[in-house]
Formats: sequence, C-alpha cells, structure tokens
Amino acid sequence: MNYIGIDIGSTTAKTAVLSEDGTLLFRKVIPTGWSSKEASQNLKELLEANGFSPEACPCVATGYGRVSVPYAKRQVTEITCHARGAMWLHEFSEGTIIDIGGQDTKIIQVAGGTVQNFLMNDKCSAGTGRFLEVMARALETDTAGLCELSAKGGGVTISSMCTVFAETEIISLVGRGEKRENIAYAVLDSIADKVAAQAKKMRIGEGFLCLTGGLCECEELKASLADKLGQEVISHPDGRFAGAIGAALSGMKRRR
Amino acid sequence: MNLVQELPEVFETFAEQRRNSFLTVKKIKEQGIPVVGSYCTYFPTEIAMAAGAATVSLCSTSDETISAAEEDLPKNLCPLIKSSYGFAKTDKCPFFYFSDVVVGESTCDGKKKMYELMGEFKNVFIMELPNSQRDAVLPMWKDEILRLKAYLEELFGVEITEEKVREAVKLNNDIRRAMKNFYSVMQHEPAPIKGGDLFKVLYGTGFNFNRKQIPADLAALTEKIEKEYADGKMLDSRPRILITGCPIGGVTEKVIRAVEDNGGVVVAFENCSGAKSQDRLVDEEAEDIYEAIARRYLDIGCSVMTPNPNRLELMGRLIDEYQVDGVVEMTLQACHTYNIESSTIRKYVTTEKNIPYMSVETDYSQQDVGQLNTRITAFLEMLE
Repeated sequence: MNYIGIDIGSTTAKTAVLSEDGTLLFRKVIPTGWSSKEASQNLKELLEANGFSPEACPCVATGYGRVSVPYAKRQVTEITCHARGAMWLHEFSEGTIIDIGGQDTKIIQVAGGTVQNFLMNDKCSAGTGRFLEVMARALETDTAGLCELSAKGGGVTISSMCTVFAETEIISLVGRGEKRENIAYAVLDSIADKVAAQAKKMRIGEGFLCLTGGLCECEELKASLADKLGQEVISHPDGRFAGAIGAALSGMKRRR
Repeated sequence: MNLVQELPEVFETFAEQRRNSFLTVKKIKEQGIPVVGSYCTYFPTEIAMAAGAATVSLCSTSDETISAAEEDLPKNLCPLIKSSYGFAKTDKCPFFYFSDVVVGESTCDGKKKMYELMGEFKNVFIMELPNSQRDAVLPMWKDEILRLKAYLEELFGVEITEEKVREAVKLNNDIRRAMKNFYSVMQHEPAPIKGGDLFKVLYGTGFNFNRKQIPADLAALTEKIEKEYADGKMLDSRPRILITGCPIGGVTEKVIRAVEDNGGVVVAFENCSGAKSQDRLVDEEAEDIYEAIARRYLDIGCSVMTPNPNRLELMGRLIDEYQVDGVVEMTLQACHTYNIESSTIRKYVTTEKNIPYMSVETDYSQQDVGQLNTRITAFLEMLE
C-alpha cells in the first residue's frame, strides 16, 4: 500500500507518495495557478502517469486548497501536516518549525511528536512568500534570484511591513539609484524580521529549529533568521514537500 | 413558551426574540413606558428597572454601518465601537431610535470618546467606571449609580424607591440563576446540545422585555434538555472548547461556527454574552443595596480593569466545571485591552490549567472565515 499526500498551497501545489515502509517514492511540485481544482486534477494526472492512483490508496489533502481535491479521502490542516512532514524529514520529535508559505507564515511547536502550539500571521501578506514574490517582481527577478542578489547586498532597510507600502518604498529606492543587491538584502531582512518577531512571540526558546516551505532553499534567509533568533536554522532539500509528506503520513496514521 | 416544540425549534424561538422585540419596543413606547438603551454589561439594569423603564441592548454587531461610522471615527478602531456608532448615526437601530436615553460607561478609551460624539445627537448619560476593583474606588462607583438614579428620576419624573430597587435586584438575580442553571447543562460530557444553540438562548433572552417570565422559561427549557439527555439524546464526544475574549454576537458568531463545523463543541462562554455577565449576583440582603449593586458590577472581570484577577478566577472555575479541553480567545481588531491581556490569559491557561490555548483576532467582515476555519481546525486536530 502507498500513501499519497496532496498539498495545494496558494502559490504551488505539491504531492508526495510514501510506501508502506515509509520510503519517499515520488514527489512533484507544480504552480497552483488560478484554480486549485485544476491544480489538483493536474497532480492526479501526474501521479497516474507515474503509476500511482490516488483513488486506489489512502490520499489526504492539505493546504488552503484542501477542499478542492475531490479524490482525497480526508482533509487535514497544513499545520498538522507541516509538523508531521518536518518531523519525518528531520527525524526529530521536539522543537520548532517555521513554514513560510505563499499566503501565510506558520510557527509550529512540537513535543512528543505532536503539535503543542502554533501561530499564524494575521490576514496580511507581510512576512510571507507572497511579500517576497511581489518584491522580486518589482526588482524584475524571481524569489530565487532575489535570494542570490541579497547575498551581495547590505546597508539598506525598508520600514514598511505592508506589502503595498513596501513596494512603493522599493520603487522610490530604485528611483534613488540604490543597487538592486542592496534592495534585495533589505527585502529579505524585512521578512526575516517579521518572522523572527512572530517566533519570539511564541517564546520558542532554544532547541531544534527548522524552516520548511518554498523558501527553505534560500540560504540568505536562513542565515538572517538564524542571526535574529540567535540559533541554528536547519532546512531539508525536500522541505517544500513537508506539507505533502505530512498529508501522506496522516493517511498512514489513520490506517494503522 | 410552547415547549411541545422540538428543541431546535425552541432555540430558533429564542433567536427570533431579538427580531420580534423590534416591534415590542415600539408597543412599549406607545404604552408610555420609557426605554433605556445600553451597550455594556456594566450598565446597572436594576436602577432603570426600578424607574419603571424597559432596558435594551443596542445594536453593535454588524458591519453594515461601519463605513458610515468611519466618516467620523478612525478606521483602525474596534469594530464594535464603530458599529455601535454607525447604527446610532444612521438611525438603523430601532432600539436606539426608541431609547429615551443611552447609558454608557467609561470602559475602554475608544468607547468613552465615541460616546462624546454620540452625545452630539442623542441623549447620552456617561457613568464614570473606575479602572480597578479596589475597595477605595467602590464609593465613587456607588456615587455614579446614585447619580444615574437621580438622573432617571428627573428625566422620567418618577421616584426610584429602595423597595423597587430591591425588587429589581431580586428579579435580576433570579434571571441570572436561571441563566446559570441553563448553561450548566453543558457540564455534561458528552454535551447535550451545541454551543451555537446555547448561544441563541443566552443572546436572545436579553431581548425578552417580559423579564418576569424569563426564569420560568429558562427553567422549562433546562428541564427539557436534561430530560432528553437522560433519555440518551446528546452529541457524540468531541473536543470541548471554552470561548473567551471580546463580546460575541451577530457576525462574530463565525467563531462559534468555526469550532462546531470542524468537530468541536463550545461548552462555555467566558465573555459578555455568557458567564461573565451572569455569574455574579447582587447581595439581596445587603443593608446598603446601592453599595451591593456597585460591588457586583465593579467586580465584572473585564479587561478594562487593572489588574483583572476575576477574569482568571471565573475562567479557571469554568475550565474545571465544564471539563474544557482547549480555550479559544476571540479578540476584535484594535481592542487594546483584550489583545494585550491575551498574553496573560495564554500564560494562565497553558501553565496553570495545563490545556492548550489559541487566540484569533477578527473583525466584522466575512473575509477571514477561511483562515479562521484553518486555524481552529488545526487547534482541534491538536486536541485529538
């Protein structure tokens, strides 16, 4: 028996397949686009093309589009799934997970292998992947490009937390002739600030701390977060699949 | 009340009480009975009752009048204050329209300054509520109650006798006892009814102008629920949630729905629609009845008080008595006192009572319903 997880996020849709013995057999990420229903259909076709049938095995959906996955047997929230997926990837049972998603940022504390406490940003895109995307676009690059650029920058800060105002601030920095690298640095620094403040509000303390979600490959963001929180921030190459893996694990847990 | 009806219909009858009372208040006015409007549980209803007036809670729970309010008030103000003012200004609240006077209290900064603006077009009487519950401030609050008494006597041309005040105290205590008996049905595990239905009764009862009838109505309903429970009519076992924080009603009932649509049950309300406004009684035997009234209202555990130990005391008691699995706090955007106090509540709930706590900040819009559902579902998953 295989277990399938579907994670429909606001920016990307992910799937992960786990075997009975807990091996990651397959994983895939595609853009969500404007319709989560279409994204879930595309994932289904991808799975089937690779020999996995979401209808024949336990399939659990998560993410904000979790209700738009008609073939899923069950829905579990992204908080539970990210926690389960991150603990599986990093093999830990006590610590903190920071997930920077497309439309929200979550700080999740786990102990004894289960969620103990969590915090999500309020309805505002500050401190989320969306913020980074908008800023990257203003700099005519993408998020990966923005991360790269920021490594060579410094010395500039943006003070607006609001995405709309921050974009205006960036436009005026561009107009003033500020280097792109420095602006990219300011953008990353601002997001790290916001996320670190959220984490501190949770009093996460010391201990294991990992970053999941689409930005977990951004070394500059990890370094900036580690600096602001005064502790190491770990990530996994499959960190963006934490939600999908957690969903697959939820299907497995229910069955056993 | 017709208790031959099935329970769900009975709950609807209570929910309809508010709508029906639009007409009732008009009739009351036509009979020459004065009407006193209020917004807050600090309003000492007994004094108005003793003046022979009907009392009514004024509209404050919908976003339809917020944009009108924002013509005069700042945007980043608590939606309850904006909604209250908006209803008043646009004359969309029939209760407000028929009120001879609106009684407000100097509770939070937003409200007391809003009342000043409201006073420009309505008869508003402001009571100065102290910031703390120390014995030293009790005489001042008692004086405020006496000042209200004198004001209403003058306004309505009546004499408020001590006998009438004691009578009102007795009736209100009877109502509070009946309310408490009623919501105590939720102490059962599994719960007999949904928190949403419980809320309809708690909220609707406030709009029953025939106050003398309330204790009997509630007693009959309580008995019916208990009887059906004994016959095995109950919900299945599910995570038991206590809701605390800002007042709930109208649009913010979305928080109750988010809990109950996603597998939980709200067993207790530690807020102004629930235990906070019913738990305490006035000492009926007190020699100085005005001081006893003052004490009772001053002791309400609202976040405008500093310090605010009574909120923790009541919450702790409810958590134990109602076998609560988790606490959900609802705060309204820009409600500073509740938002700041949420830090104290989180600490108390998680370290003293050792159960999970979450707070959600919301407003009077529907745009965060998706996020509320995700957060609250994740919280319920955590309790499984």
